[in-house]
Amino acid sequence: MSDFKSNNAIIQWIEYRLPIFSFIDHSVGSKYPAPRNLSYWWNFGSLAGLALVIMIATGIVLAMQYTPHVTMAFDSVERIMRDVNYGWMLRYIHMNGASFFFIVVYIHLFRGLYYGSYKAPRELLWMIGVVILLAMMATAFMGYVLPWGQMSFWAAKVITNLFSAIPLVGETIVTWLWGGFTVGNPTLNRFYALHYLLPFVIVGLVIIHIWALHRFGSNNPLGIDVKGPQDTIPFHPYYTVKDLYGMGVYLIAFAAVVFFAPNSLGEPINYVEANPLVTPAHIVPEWYFLPYYAILRSITFDIWFIPAKLIGVIMMFGSILILLVLPWLDRSPVRSARFRPLYRQFFWILVVDCIVLGWVGANPPEPPYIYIGQVATAYYFAHFIIILPLLSVLERPRPLPASISEPVLKGGGAALGATANPMEKA
Amino acid sequence: MAESANPAPSRDGETRRDFLILAAGGLGAIGTAVAVWPLIDSMNPSADVLALASTEVDLTPVEEGMAITVMWRGNPVFIRHRTPADIEAARAVPLEELPDPEPDEARAKKPEWLIMIGVCTHLGCVPKGQKPGDPKGDYNGWFCPCHGSHYDTAGRIRKGPAPKNLVIPPYEYLTETLVRIG
Ligand code: HEM
Ligand code: FES
Repeated sequence: MSDFKSNNAIIQWIEYRLPIFSFIDHSVGSKYPAPRNLSYWWNFGSLAGLALVIMIATGIVLAMQYTPHVTMAFDSVERIMRDVNYGWMLRYIHMNGASFFFIVVYIHLFRGLYYGSYKAPRELLWMIGVVILLAMMATAFMGYVLPWGQMSFWAAKVITNLFSAIPLVGETIVTWLWGGFTVGNPTLNRFYALHYLLPFVIVGLVIIHIWALHRFGSNNPLGIDVKGPQDTIPFHPYYTVKDLYGMGVYLIAFAAVVFFAPNSLGEPINYVEANPLVTPAHIVPEWYFLPYYAILRSITFDIWFIPAKLIGVIMMFGSILILLVLPWLDRSPVRSARFRPLYRQFFWILVVDCIVLGWVGANPPEPPYIYIGQVATAYYFAHFIIILPLLSVLERPRPLPASISEPVLKGGGAALGATANPMEKA
Repeated sequence: MAESANPAPSRDGETRRDFLILAAGGLGAIGTAVAVWPLIDSMNPSADVLALASTEVDLTPVEEGMAITVMWRGNPVFIRHRTPADIEAARAVPLEELPDPEPDEARAKKPEWLIMIGVCTHLGCVPKGQKPGDPKGDYNGWFCPCHGSHYDTAGRIRKGPAPKNLVIPPYEYLTETLVRIG
């Protein structure tokens, strides 16, 4: 039945009963045609997968040593650091792995923004990605609570308190989330259970994400559709080797931080055990949450009868949820920013805006930061709600190339492509 | 033959089938909701958490102008022995100026003893102002450093993102100087 060929009798035996090898070959192998012009920005999907595997592998062994109880959690993490064989390394990998996971996913996401990968027919693929981001954020937030340091406790308290902004049922929901009247042992226990569960939910989401990806294949730097076999090369070996190369580079950078600056991204105060009576002078989340934190705090005024606290919470979640409707806000038929002279500039302004938000989030909520944060928040939403819809109408895109292979192969694309790609049966 | 095995839909049979599908579906939905409720409710505070004993506090050692912090249900409770100046400042403010209007008289059973849950009504930090060296904010009460909320000498919100005054827990005086919180 399958077009998969192997000389190995065992593989043949299995393949006949469970066509898993042809499945793999069609998914990430020689039978999966990928655009021939993918740049290094397309490495970040596979890097995110690697980051997730690293988190799960180290997480499972950490879980064997960790004690989810308010009186023992902090000490059990210190024990991991001092007494458990390679415990320090596993924890530093897990701790910094979360940061690297977010770096990779943020680059992956902005890659999508730049090249218009969220546009038809990849809207659902994009939306599943946004859900993955939300699940990652929940996972990282609950993981950060586990070592039960000062920042763990107070971040948990402040963030769970956000839900008290919900009218009428807010307090009830918060008490339910805590399982008590403040963040305490019931909270720590459930966060641990969910922190173990959610990464596997993410694995499921990633599978669906890739399923949707394979429906139409990768977008590419030109943002135009694949017109035929001359525009593609088989995923294996071309992109498997390119992805492996990227992983090598990534692991070097990762190892450099894990072994030489493992605490550079963290807050020193999290090495002080949680104390429910003393709030640290500055509560700051991990760096990957800073822009959202800035948005939350930039709302200092009520609007009509809606209290500032509720608006802040809505805006914070809205800053991510708005990505779900992005395919319908940006109506321009041209995907890649390469051919959108105006969008390209606004893209970079948005990048700077997000960095400014992150910087504001790291600073105390007082002038001038608070005003800068308000401007940056307003701009963030304006980008999606005002600028993108306007650009879709006003911008004159540059002419698109006829095909992916045309600029390279100078019109001889069809014939050359056939020889360059002998495995493709056109 | 095929027709007889699959009789043409009479109006009668059609409504009965519709009804059965609706009733079965509705019952299934209710049943699922009933089955899910214990899972959700198990996450609410358990009996042992709810039963946490109330706290008794002896106020004798707390001099005028001093403050102490005690724990109640896992949260800090602020007890401040207010000076006449504190009380006067709190009573002098016109209610219209307050974001969450409440007269000082309603906030303390005995005006010199202000007893409140020391949890900022914004997002739950513990405000500063209990210790002598602490910042007390613009209104000489408490200051929450997390997002900059200022509370006055009656623990009422005056400035900043917090929407409500600091919460007064249930308490009663057992004697002149012994108070039970909870
Ligand atoms: C999406 C993947 C994951 C992310 C983003 C993530 C994130 C985090 C973060 C940020 C911490 C706090 C690190 C620190 O400051 O000490 C943490 C701790 C922890 N995580 Fe994860 N995690 C993931 C997957 C997992 C999995 C799958 C498990 C278990 C099977 C796990 C088990 C633990 C344990 C036991 C701790 C506490 C020990 C410690 O603090 O180092 N994690 N996680
Ligand atoms: S928690 Fe006190 S001001 Fe936000």
